[in-house]
Amino acid sequence: MEMYRSHVLVCAGAGCISSDCKSVQQALLANINDYNLDSEVKVVETGCMGPCDLGPVVMVFPDGVFYRKLKPEDTREIVNEHLLKGKVVTRLLHKPAGSDSQVAKFNDLEFFKRQTRVALRNTGVINPESVEEYIARDGYRALGKAISQMSPQEVIETIKEAGLRGRGGAGFPTGLKWQFTASAPGNPKYVVCNADEGDPGAFMDRSILEGDPHSVLEAMAICGYAIGSAKGYIYVRAEYPLAVERLELAISKAREYGLLGENIFGSDFSFDVEIRVGAGAFVCGEETALLASIEGRRGEPRPKPPFPAQEGLWGKPTVINNVETWANIPQIILNGAPWFASMGTEKSKGTKVFALAGKVNNTGLVEVPMGTTLREIIFDIGGGIAGGKEFKAVQTGGPSGGCIPAEYLDTPVDYESLNQLGTIMGSGGMIIVDEDTCMVDLAKFFLDFVRDESCGKCAPCRIGTKRMLEILERITRGEGQEGDIELLEELSSSIKNSALCGLGQTAPNPVLSTLRYFRHEYEAHIRDKKCPAGACPDLLTYYIDPRACKGCGLCSKACPSDAVMGEKKKPHTIDINKCIKCGTCKQKCKFDAVITL
Amino acid sequence: MKSLAELDKLRETLQREMKARDKEHDISIAVSMGTCGIAAGAREVVKVLLNELKEQGLAHVALTQTSCVGSCKHEPLLEIKRGNEKVIYVNVDQERAKEIVRRHLVQGEVIKEWTDS
Repeated sequence: MEMYRSHVLVCAGAGCISSDCKSVQQALLANINDYNLDSEVKVVETGCMGPCDLGPVVMVFPDGVFYRKLKPEDTREIVNEHLLKGKVVTRLLHKPAGSDSQVAKFNDLEFFKRQTRVALRNTGVINPESVEEYIARDGYRALGKAISQMSPQEVIETIKEAGLRGRGGAGFPTGLKWQFTASAPGNPKYVVCNADEGDPGAFMDRSILEGDPHSVLEAMAICGYAIGSAKGYIYVRAEYPLAVERLELAISKAREYGLLGENIFGSDFSFDVEIRVGAGAFVCGEETALLASIEGRRGEPRPKPPFPAQEGLWGKPTVINNVETWANIPQIILNGAPWFASMGTEKSKGTKVFALAGKVNNTGLVEVPMGTTLREIIFDIGGGIAGGKEFKAVQTGGPSGGCIPAEYLDTPVDYESLNQLGTIMGSGGMIIVDEDTCMVDLAKFFLDFVRDESCGKCAPCRIGTKRMLEILERITRGEGQEGDIELLEELSSSIKNSALCGLGQTAPNPVLSTLRYFRHEYEAHIRDKKCPAGACPDLLTYYIDPRACKGCGLCSKACPSDAVMGEKKKPHTIDINKCIKCGTCKQKCKFDAVITL
Repeated sequence: MKSLAELDKLRETLQREMKARDKEHDISIAVSMGTCGIAAGAREVVKVLLNELKEQGLAHVALTQTSCVGSCKHEPLLEIKRGNEKVIYVNVDQERAKEIVRRHLVQGEVIKEWTDS
């Protein structure tokens, strides 16, 4: 047995990699070596721990101390003080927003304390490249239990009773999907993992694949056993090279241990998994387009029915589930359906992973029981709005979803409650916007995204989203006309009713939901030619308040178009004919003298 | 992997190597590692403790460090916590460290004459 007195976990999730955790890790290893602690301290590279804006982050066990925003030169102090002498390095600890003291242990931070990790239980805890660490955390026990102690139908019943619903967005009951596929005529059958995560701001699937790839493989094998399939495919986008690399490694390690391949656990059940790398089209996250892409055809959706459970991959019955859905399966088999069903709300069981992005203090990944309120997610775990600004809305469900304003912050989040508010759960992206965000501009952003990603097969989506975008662009330029809002509503309802796939049918959602809650902002743009949030440059006039201006000259030096004039120590003015409305003067001003009208 | 039993056997071994990462540890040894402790040989004591814990298969015991507790003449010094029970051993040399693991942690005997009381 190998044994170390301390394990130092270095997060190597995508966020930390971009804040250069690799140099921190190298420096840490070098210092551990300098102090001759190699045989006492083990450095472990893990997947995403969640608090991405604090990266690079490190956790030191057995103490459970959490260090954040590390630089390579900080590691010497950690090694010399903490690892050698047991003294926590206070200056490298996190101080949560609104708190006046640093917190040493990760379990004392609200961000971690309030989470319930099921799908993310191993992510950020184990080395994703080690099947041994996965096995140590009960990995592949669920597969072993299913094969040696349960009938295929019992496995399906367990998933049904657990009440697990698809985490990719639509929320279809997973057990039913398996049941339909198991009882559909046709052989062979296939198991597919949808890892074509594409919603802006959502990265839970990526984190699971990069941080705990075996959980997905194990779950797919369990499904294979339940529905009578010997072959699985993981469709993962090429933009996730690390996920592809770790999956490949995980598959080969699982084969080595006989956890994939022929006669698993000495039974006559055989199952293997192959990876298919997608080229990153948003529409390929739509299941029929995804299946077409696996088959080597153009990634375009087709009408349903027939559903993949009847006619999926190569026309054969196919279960297709999203990464996060898969990651829940082994835990349900191990702990039982009642355990899973005890979490969440009446119709939405278990937990959900959310990706917090935008104007929130703690951006990153969090997992909470269904039914947790938006307020708890955004304010208690997310730490509230950055820069002391006012919360305005949260966009859930990415481009297919909608926004929720402040008056609904106490809504418990589940599939139904979000639908009632005119948005969707989607894959769990949450983009938080503050008072400085223009809601028309936000709708324009998402519509531009879907217009760009429309595959072009059906006219409502291809042409409709383009026309809607043109209207929104017109409105934000100050050229909106009476009747534009009604036209947007009419187009939205036609597209919703006639587009071929989920991408098109949900494309108008951001417009409809911003119209529902922020109609006055549209009206202000159209009638008064004003942007209430002060975000649409064409509708702004920059003006210097002569009472507040101290004549410091910072703004005139920074102005790229020489539009600011004035003598030193006297109030300055802006020449609106020269002003290009870049906002630089407003950013530079230390006296809040630059205002927009 | 031929059976669930085989997996469970492998898991037990692997689990022990991961014990340090548990959120809670019922038993812990904290070695005082101030300058005084290090000067008196606490580094060597830590190494011996780790080795002995490994030998005895006591992976669930957390081996940590703490700073000077203000009793410099008794260094090297360590505190063992088991549930609510706290025992402080003083003037621990390498031989004593080994004995403490064997007698206190394995056999559950508090070695009175080496404690601070």
